[in-house]
Amino acid sequence: MDVSDGASITQKLPPERSRFGRLLDNERLLASLMIAPAILYIGVMVGFPFSLAILYSLSDATTGNQTLHFVGLRNYIDVLGDPVFRKSLLNTFFFSLCSQALVLVLSKILALALVRNFRGKRLVRFLILLPWTAPISLGTIGWLWMLDSIFSPFDWILRKMGLLGAPDALFGPLSNLYWLGEPSLAMLSVILVHTWRMLPLATVILLAGLTSIPHEILEAAEIDGAGFWRRLFRITIPLMLPIMTIALLFGIVFTFTDMTVVYVLTRGGPVHSTQVLSSWAFFKGIEGGDLAQGAAVAVFLFPMLAGVAALMLKLAHRTEVA
Amino acid sequence: MAQVETKGLTKLFGGVNAVDNIDLMTQEGEFLVLLGPSGCGKTTLLRMIAGLEEPTSGEVLIGGRVVTNQPPRVRNIAMVFQSYALYPHMTVFKNIAFPLQTRGMKKDDVRKKVEWAAGMFGIGKLLDRKPRELSGGERQRVAIARAMVRNPSIFLLDEPLSNLDAKLRTSAREELQQFQKRVGITTLYVTHDQVEAMGLGDRIVVMNKGRVRQIGVPREVYQKPADTFVASFLGSPPMNLIEWGHLLMGFRPEHFLPVEVKASNAESNVVRFEFEVTWVEDLGSDRLVYGDIGHQCAHRHVISKIPANVGVFIEGGKTYSFAVAREDLRFFDRETGLHTDTTPL
Amino acid sequence: MARLRKIGARSSLYGIVTFFVVFSVFPFYWMLIAAFKRDHDLFNPANNPFLFNEPATLEHLRTLLFDTLFLKYLANTCLVGVAVVCITVLIAVPAAYSLARWSGRWGENLGIGIFLTYLVPPTLLFIPLCRVITAFRLNESLGALILIYPTFTIPFCTWLLMGFFKAIPKDIEEQAMIDGCSRMGAMVRIVFPLSVSGLLTVVVFAFTLTMHEFIYALAFISVSAQKTISIGVPTELVRGDVFRWGPLMAGALIPSIPVAVLYTFFLDKFIAGFTMGAVK
Repeated sequence: MDVSDGASITQKLPPERSRFGRLLDNERLLASLMIAPAILYIGVMVGFPFSLAILYSLSDATTGNQTLHFVGLRNYIDVLGDPVFRKSLLNTFFFSLCSQALVLVLSKILALALVRNFRGKRLVRFLILLPWTAPISLGTIGWLWMLDSIFSPFDWILRKMGLLGAPDALFGPLSNLYWLGEPSLAMLSVILVHTWRMLPLATVILLAGLTSIPHEILEAAEIDGAGFWRRLFRITIPLMLPIMTIALLFGIVFTFTDMTVVYVLTRGGPVHSTQVLSSWAFFKGIEGGDLAQGAAVAVFLFPMLAGVAALMLKLAHRTEVA
Repeated sequence: MAQVETKGLTKLFGGVNAVDNIDLMTQEGEFLVLLGPSGCGKTTLLRMIAGLEEPTSGEVLIGGRVVTNQPPRVRNIAMVFQSYALYPHMTVFKNIAFPLQTRGMKKDDVRKKVEWAAGMFGIGKLLDRKPRELSGGERQRVAIARAMVRNPSIFLLDEPLSNLDAKLRTSAREELQQFQKRVGITTLYVTHDQVEAMGLGDRIVVMNKGRVRQIGVPREVYQKPADTFVASFLGSPPMNLIEWGHLLMGFRPEHFLPVEVKASNAESNVVRFEFEVTWVEDLGSDRLVYGDIGHQCAHRHVISKIPANVGVFIEGGKTYSFAVAREDLRFFDRETGLHTDTTPL
Repeated sequence: MARLRKIGARSSLYGIVTFFVVFSVFPFYWMLIAAFKRDHDLFNPANNPFLFNEPATLEHLRTLLFDTLFLKYLANTCLVGVAVVCITVLIAVPAAYSLARWSGRWGENLGIGIFLTYLVPPTLLFIPLCRVITAFRLNESLGALILIYPTFTIPFCTWLLMGFFKAIPKDIEEQAMIDGCSRMGAMVRIVFPLSVSGLLTVVVFAFTLTMHEFIYALAFISVSAQKTISIGVPTELVRGDVFRWGPLMAGALIPSIPVAVLYTFFLDKFIAGFTMGAVK
């Protein structure tokens, strides 16, 4: 062995490290130390308020009098008897499921289209993502105008096409549809905005899933004689089921808990027809000052979310196998 | 250079002893191969010696010093992983320099040593490249250069040749061997490839299910296997094992030849078999003959390996007389699988 | 025949893509035009809403920038954004590393647990958080937001980073330990430089999540000057029942574009981290 070149080579084992130095090797210690701040923060800022919310719902606190007097399930009973609450609960499910069903179909089509290469793809991607990447409240503001009772561009188009504004028009003789003023149209509008906003996220997730299918499988199917539609429904979609479900669950979670779209678009109106659990909890608890009732309303969000979370967990484990 | 010693080294993984009470001692400057199938514990054993895995019980000694619970960096060892673990964001130069920098060596000394190590492995012109720009063989050399640059006392390798393609493997094997002989560093080498083990090892440690089955020089492990596991693991094709009375009888395919070939041996030194040939494979350098020998109660499937220079004509579907020299027979206990010296013949 | 089929397929592809692009971009296109349309043009229902029927104007932009607190909102949002990003990185990076490397059973479940806190809705937490805010005397201040926003950025970013850290092969760190680093040293000298893109992605996502947030800001801040962009634009540009549409549209569009650009840019990295986290 060539031991020349100056530097002393004979390697003795380095001296015993100091106690501190050894700490930097102690994996268990390091692991706990590194995760502690996160656990601490989440415990204090999420866990604690979460329990507090439950407590509030069982109390009679208001913003004026914030002391907790235990009143049992009275708030829940009040809340369940409230027709606005029942409408909110219904709406929450209705909006989420409708918009996500639409999103599922639309995002599938879009993902399939985006898998190919075409010119201007990067720009298209950016534009497609805008509804999701723009801040929620700001994007919704654009829709406020689109759905305005006087100036809506939709109405303008419909008028120009003769479907609106004339006595025998398909959509009625009035010059405008009250997108945000008429209860059923308002609900439709909220669903529309939710769909618009969640489409990019779902598309991106599905696209990732689509590209992870080994192309040999599809080639084998082609050799076996399967055409486009058969390949789609017999191979592509079944293979993407786990990731489609994940996209669906994410979408449901975000629409289920959303309050921004409703607040900016309709403030829950007209006459609470577009109220959802989150917005109603907000109006009751923050604007109305009734903390206890607001908390009770909000608590109803949780079982659904817990269910969704459990489902996502199961799926997460299953996709690992793939 | 130093010796590596383990005393009663054990590692428990989820209720199973991945490494079960192993006592090992290397000899100064030897190339010791840890051989065994996947999951036999050889890599775990190596990692415990390196300090990457904490033993459940037992001790590890390097150079006579107990290092059992000490981190890798104080053990003065070098290791080459199967993937070579080159730092992807550093140039070859920085990769090799890294172990020196962590020890606070001065810049000029570092440069000298890196160039020395690079020169030793012929990668001097690659110093400015990044790992992703290198071929498999080049990466392997960088990994070894990095390992050697600080003159460690022990050299550990975890299947470093398995990522190379077959052709490269043989030349890499030769280079590795020559390098180790030249430098004389105590080396522990993990592999599942018994050809590699036979070729490289001064001694082979055959392992299975966390235990050591046999330690010995290649010739010994091959010709005098301690049990049926060692007997069937080494050799390609593996040793033929057939039931013989209350024992298992074993003979290697290359010892199981047409009787004409064995004719030179005296009659009493040879055991004959009637061999029903089912299939012949002509591999160029040898012929592999598959067939059955009907013996005692059951037909047993065995393989014969006839070298190319033996021209006896063998055809599938026919029966021939084959024979094995008595001295080439090995007997094993049916229950324990251990070799036994008692010869029922 | 095949040629015709190919052309047919190609045009339906372009057709579909165009449809979706129009659907997605429609409101933004609208906002862009409205921001520069004269009021007279804007508020005439008979006019074609998609074209400039009268020459464009910078009036609304001027109003937005000089007559409203828009710039203050932008400043507030940036302040909160930077502060939240710092807190998030400081807490999420070590946590993610710890979970990615030192898993074991409790580690796995803890990781999933942390991610699940992301799903706890703000509408459930904001009522008790009111109390916490008052206790810290942070009412009506940006400090309240800085304190609370990490409740969603930390879980999300930890989960994202876990995926990135897992993608770095373990044996590179072990090699560093053999080469002389301590466990901590291996992490700092080898893993962190290799995860720069992951860290950047996390920074961008934490920042954009902050910019999007609406509920907490709305609940805790009512003083105009302290508002962030997300709540300031929808609430302050409406006087009673009168919407100042022009400035409103401009105000909505201006913050959206940079956020969108950043987000899109880092989306590929996000997907890599996402699929890594989901598929391990």
